[in-house]
Parts: sequence; structure tokens; C-alpha cells
Amino acid sequence: MTNILERRQQRAAWLFLAPALLMIGLFFFLPVLAGMGLSLTDFDVYALGRPSTARFVGFKNYLDMFQHPVFQVAVRNTFYFAFVGAPLSVMVSLGAAMLLQSKGLRLKGLFRTIYFAPVVTTLVAVAIVWRYLYHPRHGLLNHGLGSLGIGPIDWLGDPAWSMPAIIVMAVWKNFGYNMLIFTAGLQTIPDEHYDAAAIDGAGFWQRFRHITLPGLGPVLLFVAVTTMIGFFQLFSEPYVMTQGGPLRSTTSLILFMYEEGFRWWRMGTASAVAMLLFLLTLGFTLIQLRLSRGRA
Amino acid sequence: MNGRFIGRALLYVGLVVGAILTLLPLVWMVSASFMRPGEANTIPPPLFPAHPTLEHYKALFTRIDLARHFLNSTVVTMGATVISVLVNSMAAYAFAKLIFPGRDKLFRTLTLALVIPAQVGMLPLFLLLRQMGLVNTFLGVMIPYFAGVFGIFMVRQYIMSLPDELLHAARIDGAGEFRIFWSIVVPVITPILVTLAAFTFLSAWNDFMWPLIILSDDRLYTLPVALANLSGEHVQDTELMMAGSVLTVLPALIVFLIFQRAYVRGIMGGSVKG
Repeated sequence: MTNILERRQQRAAWLFLAPALLMIGLFFFLPVLAGMGLSLTDFDVYALGRPSTARFVGFKNYLDMFQHPVFQVAVRNTFYFAFVGAPLSVMVSLGAAMLLQSKGLRLKGLFRTIYFAPVVTTLVAVAIVWRYLYHPRHGLLNHGLGSLGIGPIDWLGDPAWSMPAIIVMAVWKNFGYNMLIFTAGLQTIPDEHYDAAAIDGAGFWQRFRHITLPGLGPVLLFVAVTTMIGFFQLFSEPYVMTQGGPLRSTTSLILFMYEEGFRWWRMGTASAVAMLLFLLTLGFTLIQLRLSRGRA
Repeated sequence: MNGRFIGRALLYVGLVVGAILTLLPLVWMVSASFMRPGEANTIPPPLFPAHPTLEHYKALFTRIDLARHFLNSTVVTMGATVISVLVNSMAAYAFAKLIFPGRDKLFRTLTLALVIPAQVGMLPLFLLLRQMGLVNTFLGVMIPYFAGVFGIFMVRQYIMSLPDELLHAARIDGAGEFRIFWSIVVPVITPILVTLAAFTFLSAWNDFMWPLIILSDDRLYTLPVALANLSGEHVQDTELMMAGSVLTVLPALIVFLIFQRAYVRGIMGGSVKG
């Protein structure tokens, strides 16, 4: 009797799982694995018509990729964006979360909604908005800075300023997300810790260092790593705002992958770039796991 | 006492300045969309339209046919959302409440997908869908949204917290698992299904890279792709582009404001446990 019920439940389980497993397997895991294979071939525009013309070339795509001048620039730009932009974004998020955590704050919900709003906006649309805000002559930003006596900056036209401009826009767009995660994290730190520190005469900075930061530990680590990984995937901002320019100063890894793969149909090279993104992500995830385990 | 008051005042000043800076790009977007052609490019740049006009919105629906892309985005987003909620919640139920050999191992294998960026598989996925004849179709745009480990994970957590007795009683009464799922589980997990729906809706509506890749016929473009395309041609028409941006952003903001509580729960609940 129980055996029949057990078997019936197993059959039901596989029926419930079938659509999801089929789709995740076919449209996610299979392509990821195929990408590894594809990166070892010279799959190009001819192979697109006749896949049989693609040949195995070993690690040639990887070797070529590292020699490619645009790739080298793209790596540098992506690291610039991730190593400057992600920490900045995390700091703004933490600052906003801490302000919103203040005791007895009125309109907390309203502030939180406002700060979060950019997260749910359409990236392409707000990137276009920011392109106009950054306009050297008509842009609101230069107008505002001008009234403070800061000379006009060609934000998106000057290779020295284009990446900072994209970072500022990305921080504006993203900080609300991590702000919510920090808010949840801050709520787990008991008020008594702060009260005790206040009685001991600890200032703001001491409370931050000795209570807030350790209390947030695992959350901070999680946020830092996932934000960094997210920032490695930079694509739409430069695609819409600068087309990777000026002088390639905002060409990111994924933009390079897109151009190689879908503009020039060099799928082999593009897959090698995709694998690099995979390894980068994997590396940072492993670092996070190791650090969080070390803590526990 | 006085220092405390100053501290409070500074806190509110900081929060208000932050709020103004955060809203400014969005407010300017809306404001410029009502300006006369060329008005946004005068010096000094005006913050509000002198003579508000709807002409850009009219142009978007007549001359430029943005309505078509609005409709494309709506179809794709709705399809992705409905199927994603159905497929992921079914899988989540199996992982949470049904017993079968290899369940935990399978689940752990699936969670590997959480650490692999979608872009890693995009090139082969494009080739695969090309073989299947799904390039340049809405189905092709929607496919990556149908099933996702993140969604399964989120709903599974929620279902696991339901008491088993609820299901046992129904099983003893002879109800099949599909009946149990539909008439007992789904009604009580509606909150998390709303969360999942809001997540899927917003990411499908806002997505750019995948529809850009899979669609080549510009009549099928979703709003973000059409907008990016348009912004190349109409780079001088600031006010027109702002109207297009408003139409693209607005549905996302409205859906967020309506489902804010559900959406925020998804972010705050999912991350801290992990």
C-alpha cells in the first residue's frame, strides 16, 4: 500500500519537475557547456551557414584573444568599472541604509521608495536620459557644476571622463538594491549593542567599526561579491551611451563579446570571452565561499 | 539637546538632498518630454516646460509607431511572467514537498546555475534557437525567462514552511498531487507567486541584451531595443526621446509601486538567508 503511494508520489514529482528541468537543461546548462566547446573552434560566419565547416583549433581563440588590442582595453575598462564602481556602489548603498535606519525617522517608507526607484527603471531608457544630462553644453549636470564654478566637462566625449560618467550613472541606477539588503542586515543587529556602546561613550565612527561592520559581516561580503560580479557584466550602458567610445574607453568585455559574436559572427573568439567571464565569476564566488566559511 | 536637534536636522537635510539627486534624472525626463522641440537644448537648460505640449507623445504613436513596440513588450513580458510562475512553482512544490530519490542532489546541482551569468551561454543559445527556427520570434525572446533556478529556490523556501499535515490529510482522502497543488498549495502561496511574477515582469520588461540579439526584424523589437535604435536616429530630438523613455519606464514603475511590498520581500528575504 505505502509502496504504491510512494511510487505515485515519485511519478508526480517528475511530472512537476519535467517542464522546468527540460527548459533549464536545454536552454541554460546545455548552452553553457556548448560554449566551452565552441570556444575551442573557429566557428565563424561560414559555419553559421554550414556548421560542419567549423574546426577544432584548441586554445587558439584564447591565445588570439589575449593578443587582441581591443580585448586588452576591454579587460582594463571592465576592471576599472568593477573595482571602482562596485565599491562605490556598495558604500552609497550602506550609507543610505544606515541613514534610513535612524531611530524615529519619519517618512522612512517614502525615502526608501524614492531611493529604490532607479533600480526598477529600464536601463536603456535611463541611459538615454543620462546621455542628455551629460551633454557638455546643454546638459543639466554641467550647468549645475558651472554654477559652482567647475568648468564644462565633456563627460561622454573625453576618454578620461567617459568611464567615471558611466560609473556615476550605474551607481545611481543600482544602489537602491543593495540598500534594501543592507537594511535587512542592519535589522539583525540588536539595539542593545548600540545602546551599550553609547553608554560607554563610543562615537559614531567607533560604533560603525566595532558594531555595524562586524554585525553586517556575511551580508557585506555577499553584497560586495555579487555586486562585483554584476559589474563585470557591463554592457547596456556603453552600448547606449557611448557605443564603447570615445577611443574604446568604455568598451567592456561583454560589449567586446557582443561585437565579436553578433556583429562579426566570430563565435569562437566570442565564446572564449564568455568563458573568461565565467571564470571571473567563478573565482569571485569561490573567494566569497571561502571567506564566509572561514568566518563561521 | 541642542546637538541632538542639529543632528536630526542634518539627517533630514541629507536624506532630502539624496532624494532630490535620485529623482532629478527621472523628473527631468518627464519634464523634458513635455517641452517644445529644441526647448531642452536652450541655455540655461530649463527644468520645466514653458508651454507644456503633448506633441511628442502624439508623434510616438503616429509617426513612429511606438505603440507596436509597446505591444511587443507587453506580449513578451506577460507570456514570460505567466509561464515562469507556473513552471517554477510546480518544480518548487516537487522539491519542497514530494519525496523522490536524488531530490537534494538534483537541487544542489541546479543551484550551480545561480553563479553562472546568463551571458556565458548566450552565443550557443542563439545558435540553438536558430536551429529550432526561433530566432526573430517572441517565443525566442521569452524562452530564457520560462524556468529559472532563482524562482524555484524562492518558491521552494516558501512552500517548505507549510505544515505537512495539510497535504497528508488530502492524500489520505485520495486527492492526487495535481489536485493538492492546485487547490491547497497554490491558494496559500499566492504571496510568493506575486513576488515571483513581479520579479519576472520587471526583468523581462527591462531586458535589453537578449532581445537585441534574438530579434533582427525591427517590427518585432521590444521597447528597450526600439528605443535604443530610435535614439541613434533621433539623437537631436531630446524631447521626443524623453517621451519615449517615459513610456518605457512608466509601466515598470507602476508595476513596482503596485507590487512594492511583494517585490521588496523577495529581495530582503532571499538574500539574507543565503
